[in-house]
Amino acid sequence: MVEVTSRSRPERIDNVVIASVGGQGGILATRILASLFLNQGWEVKTSEVHGMAQRGGSVETHVRRGQRVHSPLVPRGEADLLLALEQLEGLRYLPWLRPGGLCVCSTERIAPVSVTLGNQAYPGEIRETLGQTVGTLVWVDALGIAREAGNVRAANVALLGALSPFIDASEQEWQEAIWADLPERVRAVNLAAFRMARELTTAEMGRGKA
Amino acid sequence: MPTNSTLEQAVVLLSGNEAIARGAYEAGVAVAAGYPGTPSTEIIEALVRYPDIWVQWSPNEKVALEVVIGASFAGARTLVAMKHVGLNVAADPFLTFCYMSTNGGTVIVSADDPGMHSSQNEQDNRQYGRMARTPVLVPSDSQEAKSFTEAAFDISERFATPVILRSTTRLSHGRSPVKLGVRKEAARRLAFERNPERFVTLPAHARSWHPRVEERLDALRQFAEDCPFNRLEWGSKEIGFVTGGVAYQYVKEAFPEASVLKLGLAYPIPRELIRRFASEVRYLFVVEEGDPFWEELILAQGVKVAGQGVAGPCVFPRVGELSVEIVRSAVKEFLGAGSASASAGDRQARAGKGAAETVSLPARPPVLCPGCPHRGVFYVLAKHHLIATGDIGCYTLGAAPPFNNIDTCTCMGSSIGHALGLEKALGREFSRRAVAVIGDSTFVHSGIAPLIDVVYNRGTVTVIILDNGTTAMTGHQGHPASGWDARRQPAPRIDLEALCRACGVNDVQVVDSYDLKAVERAIKAAVAREEPSVVIARRPCVLLPGMRKPPIRFLPEKCIDCGACFRLGCPALEKNGRRPRLNEVLCTGCLMCVQLCKPGALIAQEA
Ligand code: SF4
Ligand code: SF4
Repeated sequence: MVEVTSRSRPERIDNVVIASVGGQGGILATRILASLFLNQGWEVKTSEVHGMAQRGGSVETHVRRGQRVHSPLVPRGEADLLLALEQLEGLRYLPWLRPGGLCVCSTERIAPVSVTLGNQAYPGEIRETLGQTVGTLVWVDALGIAREAGNVRAANVALLGALSPFIDASEQEWQEAIWADLPERVRAVNLAAFRMARELTTAEMGRGKA
Repeated sequence: MPTNSTLEQAVVLLSGNEAIARGAYEAGVAVAAGYPGTPSTEIIEALVRYPDIWVQWSPNEKVALEVVIGASFAGARTLVAMKHVGLNVAADPFLTFCYMSTNGGTVIVSADDPGMHSSQNEQDNRQYGRMARTPVLVPSDSQEAKSFTEAAFDISERFATPVILRSTTRLSHGRSPVKLGVRKEAARRLAFERNPERFVTLPAHARSWHPRVEERLDALRQFAEDCPFNRLEWGSKEIGFVTGGVAYQYVKEAFPEASVLKLGLAYPIPRELIRRFASEVRYLFVVEEGDPFWEELILAQGVKVAGQGVAGPCVFPRVGELSVEIVRSAVKEFLGAGSASASAGDRQARAGKGAAETVSLPARPPVLCPGCPHRGVFYVLAKHHLIATGDIGCYTLGAAPPFNNIDTCTCMGSSIGHALGLEKALGREFSRRAVAVIGDSTFVHSGIAPLIDVVYNRGTVTVIILDNGTTAMTGHQGHPASGWDARRQPAPRIDLEALCRACGVNDVQVVDSYDLKAVERAIKAAVAREEPSVVIARRPCVLLPGMRKPPIRFLPEKCIDCGACFRLGCPALEKNGRRPRLNEVLCTGCLMCVQLCKPGALIAQEA
């Protein structure tokens, strides 16, 4: 399942913030995106802004591309794209997205410890909040797509598939980036998840225009 | 990272750590050692991918440095990698080695952690360079991380001194393009020539070395003046920045039009160059991540500069990481106000503001993983209200809810000493309500000596070794009790039970961490004894390959809403009123919660 709510098309994607929960594969998604940009001839810098080796904590990574990139960190409010592997993390890093920016968010929900303990509530209406705030929201059942492709662990690459129609790169270029950063035995599953999400998103965008 | 020779000359994206490893490889490093610690770990892990280099995890940083010093005595190029606090552990050999005139070039990588993303303090290890009178290089991106590392070996040999390469988290864990080159094979023949005057630190020898160290520092000061890593970038002469490391990148992005003196050699500083630069610009700022290190050295030259407020205005924060926003707004505010009005407190408040804005959302701190074998031990400690002196590793997370069960922790190996000290202060009764917890890797790192101390000084402390068979927190490195080495090859395995017995502990028990009853029995018995006890709670880390089992099943019709399962605090069991909601993607099938569910609503998946 992919749904696209669009008020404005992002004109460039130079600064990316990827938000995830430790163990979800946010770092791998960062590498694939960075490889893609590097192969296209951009200067690329990335940074992993996480602590305590990601034991189920909030993980934040940055990818920047351009003719010349200095800081490896995207300044707050200047990300063109927020890629969220988990709903609450999407909401948490929303302040990094610039006005009119693109948010690609997984429907996956992982309760933080304060919620599993019942001390705090998992916020409701994340989808509505994001939809009203961002320029374009792509809402993706990444886990469902990955499960259908054959492995729930491919959800991160499914999200890249959902985001791919917004980036000027051929499917061939994406495939090369995915293959370079993945071990042999999981390449086929990940590529399948990527393609399914890419097609679903493209179809959704087509419908939006009609 | 590519190791293939066909990739030479290629441009690839490397993390700062991988680039340091690549630089060492290309410079012909022969021996490399370290102890894992964020943000330094990936340096050794990247070196492992190159053949022809002896690469090892040592039990601790002091040993790692000593190994490397030995290899350097034989003329080998050597590298030792550690996190900032690791250099405290290695400080003893380090501060003497810097007297001893290095033979094979030696690079000591210190990965500092401003902002304390995963560390217990924020120390700035450029200070060690000043204390030891050794050069400190500070690269600002991955390309420089590689080329500075290569140059560091040359500088080390030219001046016969170890060289510190100081990285920070943002450099270590940032990725940027690096041009690969070919490995320079060492031209020299390695050999150890006996020369006690050079290699033995008898006071008589060391006394004659110290004047040479001071002469060397003078030579290094001269070298700093025209070191190619100290670079002038002229722009508008209204604002000038002295900066270096990753802070340089923030300055360039925030003020592309300004003049910059980029210090690649952090210590010693080029005094003349700085004086000349200062005389040409109207406002001079020093932007550095960590201590006001350059600020103090520059002020000591009689040059006026604005930084963290050592003697002048406090423009930049003294705590945490810098960023483009912090640099930009701090300078603008200072120039706008035209005065030194902002206090140090305001700066610190600004640095912390980002975090405060998001407090309304549930925070997501790191937690013990679903299926973590330490979880059962903490469940038992919490159940019996035992005090736990703690240590550095995954199990430090036992300090977080729901257990809240780590009561002290300062550094690697601190738990056992703390426990003995508390007992000596409060009496033996204290040890009947307390335990010291320590991981297997940490125990080998620095738990053995304090355990011996407990025995020798007639303590009655109970030590729980949380043995998950690896150094888990930093990403599953091997150690002397794990059975595999840095290249994941089988290695001799130190027998922890025998080791504890040899230290003089008679009461040593081994239990399966997943068996809650057995863990409880063992801990209760050990705590009750009026003698030193060790409980080894053993079960491989659930993140190691092959440890995950299929998720359990929840049978709602059998659940009586007692809530007993939540006492484990497993992230895979979300609270849905009084009953659990199972997250099947997270559950590892460890079956610990199954042991707590009396009515049998949580059951193992049929195969
Ligand atoms: S322990 Fe068993 S019966 Fe009690 S709440 Fe949990 S699942 Fe239900
Ligand atoms: S079996 Fe129970 S305790 Fe173990 S991971 Fe699954 S839900 Fe958590």
